[in-house]
Amino acid sequence: MKLTCLSKGGGYHCPPCHIVSVGGLQFLLDCPLDLLALTIFSPIPTGSNAVLDGDSDCSPRTFLDSEDGRKRQKMDKTLDADDLIRSEPCYKTVTNLHLWDLSFIDVVLISTPMGMLGLPFLTRTKGFSAKIYATDAAARLGQLMMEDLISMNVDFRQFYGPEESSFPKWMKWEELEVLPSALKEIAVGKDGSEIAGWMPLYSHLTEDPHLHMSHLTDAYTVCRARVLLSAADMKDCMQKVQTLKYAEETCYNGAFILKAFSSGLEIGACNWTIRGPKNSVVCLSSSIFVTSHAMNFDYHALQGYDLILFSDFSLDVNEDTENRVMTAANNLSSVSVFPSNYLYSDGSDTQHIITESLLNTDDSFEEMEKLAFISSCIIDSVKAGGSALIPIGRLGIVLQLLEYISCALESLNLKVPIFVISSVAEELLAFSNVIPEWLCKQRQEKLYSGEPLFGHVDLIKGKKLHLFPALHTETLLKIWQEPCIVFSSHWSLRLGPCVHLLRRWCGDPNSLLVMEISVIQLGMLLVTNNMAMYNLQKGVDADLALLPFKPMAMKILQCSFLSGMKLEKVQPLLKMLHPKVVLFPENLRQHFGGSSTSSISFIQYSENETLRIPRLNLSPELDISTDLAAQLNWTKLTDENIHIARLKGELSVENGIHRLLPGNEQIVASHSGLLMHWGSVNLQSLVASLQNMGINAHVEEETNGTETEYGVHIVGPNRALININATRTVISTGDEKLASLIFEAITNSLDSI
Amino acid sequence: MAIETLVLGAGQEVGKSCVVVSINGKRIMFDCGMHMGHQDHLRYPDFSLISKSGDFNNALSCIIITHFHLDHIGALPYFTEVCGYNGPIYMTYPTKALGPLMLEDYRKVMVDRRGEEEQFSSENILQCMRKVTAVDLKQTVQVDKDLQIRAYYAGHVIGAAMFYAKVGDTAMVYTGDYNMTPDRHLGAAQIDRLRLDLLITESTYATTVRDSKYAREREFLKAVHKCIANGGKVLIPTFALGRAQELCILLDDYWERMNLKVPIYFSAGLTIQANMYYKMLINWTSQKVKDTYATRNAFEFKNVRNFDRSLINAPGPCVLFATPGMISGGFSLQVFKQWAPYEENLVTLPGYCVAGTIGNRLMSGKPTKIDVDENTVIDVRCQIHQLSFSPHTDAKGIMDLVKFLSPKHVILVHGEKPKMESLKGRIQSELGIQCYDPQNNDMVSIPSTHYVKADASNAFIGSSSTPNFKFPKIRGGNSELGDERVAEGVLIMEKSEKAKVVHQDELLEMVGGMKHEVQFAYCCPVQMSYTERISDSELSSRNFGLHKLLAKLSTELTEDSIQDCGEHLQLESLYISFCSRDNCAYRATEDCIGDKSATTYFCCTWLAADEKLAWEVISIMKKLHVIDT
Ligand SMILES: [Zn+2]
Ligand SMILES: [Zn+2]
Repeated sequence: MKLTCLSKGGGYHCPPCHIVSVGGLQFLLDCPLDLLALTIFSPIPTGSNAVLDGDSDCSPRTFLDSEDGRKRQKMDKTLDADDLIRSEPCYKTVTNLHLWDLSFIDVVLISTPMGMLGLPFLTRTKGFSAKIYATDAAARLGQLMMEDLISMNVDFRQFYGPEESSFPKWMKWEELEVLPSALKEIAVGKDGSEIAGWMPLYSHLTEDPHLHMSHLTDAYTVCRARVLLSAADMKDCMQKVQTLKYAEETCYNGAFILKAFSSGLEIGACNWTIRGPKNSVVCLSSSIFVTSHAMNFDYHALQGYDLILFSDFSLDVNEDTENRVMTAANNLSSVSVFPSNYLYSDGSDTQHIITESLLNTDDSFEEMEKLAFISSCIIDSVKAGGSALIPIGRLGIVLQLLEYISCALESLNLKVPIFVISSVAEELLAFSNVIPEWLCKQRQEKLYSGEPLFGHVDLIKGKKLHLFPALHTETLLKIWQEPCIVFSSHWSLRLGPCVHLLRRWCGDPNSLLVMEISVIQLGMLLVTNNMAMYNLQKGVDADLALLPFKPMAMKILQCSFLSGMKLEKVQPLLKMLHPKVVLFPENLRQHFGGSSTSSISFIQYSENETLRIPRLNLSPELDISTDLAAQLNWTKLTDENIHIARLKGELSVENGIHRLLPGNEQIVASHSGLLMHWGSVNLQSLVASLQNMGINAHVEEETNGTETEYGVHIVGPNRALININATRTVISTGDEKLASLIFEAITNSLDSI
Repeated sequence: MAIETLVLGAGQEVGKSCVVVSINGKRIMFDCGMHMGHQDHLRYPDFSLISKSGDFNNALSCIIITHFHLDHIGALPYFTEVCGYNGPIYMTYPTKALGPLMLEDYRKVMVDRRGEEEQFSSENILQCMRKVTAVDLKQTVQVDKDLQIRAYYAGHVIGAAMFYAKVGDTAMVYTGDYNMTPDRHLGAAQIDRLRLDLLITESTYATTVRDSKYAREREFLKAVHKCIANGGKVLIPTFALGRAQELCILLDDYWERMNLKVPIYFSAGLTIQANMYYKMLINWTSQKVKDTYATRNAFEFKNVRNFDRSLINAPGPCVLFATPGMISGGFSLQVFKQWAPYEENLVTLPGYCVAGTIGNRLMSGKPTKIDVDENTVIDVRCQIHQLSFSPHTDAKGIMDLVKFLSPKHVILVHGEKPKMESLKGRIQSELGIQCYDPQNNDMVSIPSTHYVKADASNAFIGSSSTPNFKFPKIRGGNSELGDERVAEGVLIMEKSEKAKVVHQDELLEMVGGMKHEVQFAYCCPVQMSYTERISDSELSSRNFGLHKLLAKLSTELTEDSIQDCGEHLQLESLYISFCSRDNCAYRATEDCIGDKSATTYFCCTWLAADEKLAWEVISIMKKLHVIDT
């Protein structure tokens, strides 16, 4: 078994990516896009899609002209909006994946909808023929996200027009060199290699063989791997995905059983298990024990596997960062409670206590508090006459916020319209109401009492919630009124209707932007006028995201939601699952194995390094049919505790199980194995048993070099000689009958099969 | 070990489906239905046969309900709340959602309309459903360490499932009711090719073969359209779930296509409420319905509205869905009384109506008067249209399924005795599968499958995955070509340890012994004389004599071919080589016969496996007299 962590990802929206080789097969775990990296691009300027009112016109011409006049050497200055790349954006795939020969991948396992956004790039690659598995719900949600992404990118294409060369100008080395360091690092990575991961989403262009990028480490990959992610590609990709229910068994190649179990992270998100004849592996991704929308983390099903690949990187928070965040939070008098970071103490744990501690509902309670708080901030804004903009991030958050907000509006008797603006809004919400099987228990109860699964169904019916595919629709203009509450599509505040609304409201101090940041377990910060974010390590992402909209008078509410296991649950979980081996990311070293006295062996892995996992030395189990077993001829060995029998049959592999069946008669009848003897001949008993047969023999010792040999001489009724040494007996006689009698006497004192 | 099937209901009848199957120590109850035709103790399965003491929790591992029809779920609240069963219960999500509606409706009819003493209360139904674990299709559910179950799509009604159950190496499928052809709102039954010891299948239409459904749907639509075109009213008495949705999709779709504006009404709140459930359960419907749900949920009926009592005698045409089906009373009877006397009106009836209902009387002959009670006689002048589609598979579908699954045994339930018997005959004669059709309270016992579990060594598994051409020829037979799936090795059983299977080469290491070869040897004299003078050197050359011997032996041994290996001849483990040593230890002096000078010795060695062969060759050699010419 081998593991290569290609990318540890970047939080909820960009899950990690691994290649695991099990039993000679290559499994790719997830194929995400790093959409956070989109922040290096400039959004389309104001007015290009002005719809709500007569924004000043800004044609691409004037926009690009102004770019030409842009000062280049400002790498060391503070970033400003002009530094952002003005081009149709490219999308950053997992760079290290391109270093692999994709045709060697046998199976792709998708664990979340986000984990499949990069799939169309893969399925378009020549020679790629892997089987792709995802859950029904993840595949559907993933497809909707891709459709939305494609439709949002259309705005850019319309604005910039088709690219003139096969290679975006911004990717040329001269251009990259002058990028401010913060942007450059996102674009090319620390060692410059990551430029290979960027792919244009849409392009008419074909490869340009003359393109030369000698400065880049892997320029060839860049050219070769450029593919178009178009709607057609996406459909083609989705057709190659085989979808499964939770806990549905599927068999790859006869020998490997694959199953997906709910991870609780999102609707349809899952942890995969791979069970082959010799290996059994759990791919444990970011999981949430108790949630209030998706089905809970089904950890019981992960028992009984040998190896756990632990890849919940949401735990990636060092205490240093956390302390700083705490301080920042205190200064800002945040309302949120921070999780105490302690390890579950060993020792006094019965199974019961473990399970109790695992199942405690703190997680969801905390998350509910956050949602209630966000909702109250939104209400405050609209009461003050401002609008609230919630860029659509996690589906579960959107669905629940809709419920919280409408509830709050109702109780205050406020009539503020709520809009969801996304090319897939209608499908997304409709879908969420037809999947009781993928939801948590409380939502399923709604099915049983005949109520809609989520609150949005009644809101739409009551005309309190309006869905629109885009901003520029006539019906939207007709009912548009402010203040309002808008949920809208975006990626990193660069694409989609969100950008236009943000431009519209960023100057309004009464309006509110609810921003999801990918810092884990940070709790929540209410930041007014964008202050105090600089001292947060990961806050930089958020700062960069807001860059084009500065200066901002608008209030910004940054929040992060639980996107994986809490540290204190990891140990009890692993103890309960009790695998033989746990592979864990090196940056969690301090939390793994250290205090553990258990028999689990912990092995760390790091990004972009191949880890060989020592053999677990397991023997595959064989099922022998009773018909076959009944026909066996048992031999008792001289060690009387052991019985052995020759076994022969037709071997089949089915659903990961080896079965030995009788096969046809000829197979069973033919005895092809050679008779084999072992042990040593006891001369005294040999002579005795010959005596019993009426054969007289006398023994002569002959030393032949270092080896002692015995000659057993028989003279009557016929002559025979038996030569015996430690490893060999030779019976020589011309009398067939005598030969077989001697043979019998010899083998009496030997073991044989 | 055996699989024991105790049929508590639906044995040679339709009604109160309930089959208890014991497999390797696990006991599963499939369905827990009630019989509509009985009002006494016969309405429920005889649960005392499961446990005399009434300790059902220990007697059963779990209950599995296939779908929400009362003949499959009707006795469940009674069994759990009155008889006290507390163990696990499994059914699909739709069955868990819609089952209580059916049960509550039935309870009301029993108590409110018939004035019977209730068998279970509303509270009982709720309590009972709380114990139910809902399952999704194809999800493998681990009931306990040894028992695994899985649901497969069955068509029939929304949420109907066939259930697969596996204990150890023994596996079976219980179909419940199923439909092998898709209808307006549901897909056809779907199942994997499974290795089964037993298949228990319904056999409602054990001898019927049906034609296309579309012709019959067209007939229905034509009848309805004709009626409303003439200004008539259409009464469709149905139960709340299943048929109502199917017909409604059919009509709603037709209304759209024909641009009809005539109102379609739903009588009670029940059916509208049922549509709410259907909307959320869209993933359990047919592909066509599923594909369009986002833009238009098929259960969001555009032309359907609620019916108000005051509309009964309102002028103008309309279509009305009214409960209960079969016009057994209630609202559908009220409306029937008002509409039946007018010949422009139409009443549709399902394919099957229980005896004693108005529906049943309308179907038998064409009565002009029906007396509802002592005081009321209705003139029936309206038209009657009998629907001829059924959500059950026909005989061809059953045969197709049995053939597809090819189980070792088949048990037929949920059918009528004579028809089942004929189907049983077909399954046995056409498919060669043992088939049974037990009656209620009968027990069928069939053998179960077991495998002996052993840990296999990699060398053993590996030895079979590469073609093995080293097979010996079978004497007297054709030489056998290596079958690459054939594996051979040695099974080792050690006290208190799991059995192991190893390759022969690994055996000694496993049992800790040293190989000891046992060989036979014999220096065999052969008479050889030469007419020509041959030089001594030539004579003593090993090859010369050996080749002469080979030529002779080859003519004698026609079946086996001796290999010439230069220095020696070889046949299996028998080696023959020229022996020039006068004092060869393997030579027996008394063997020396005939002309001593014309005797040449050949040393033979062989292994025990080829004992017979070796002695045969030696006896030939002894008799030989090689004369070289
Ligand atoms: Zn049924
Ligand atoms: Zn039935």
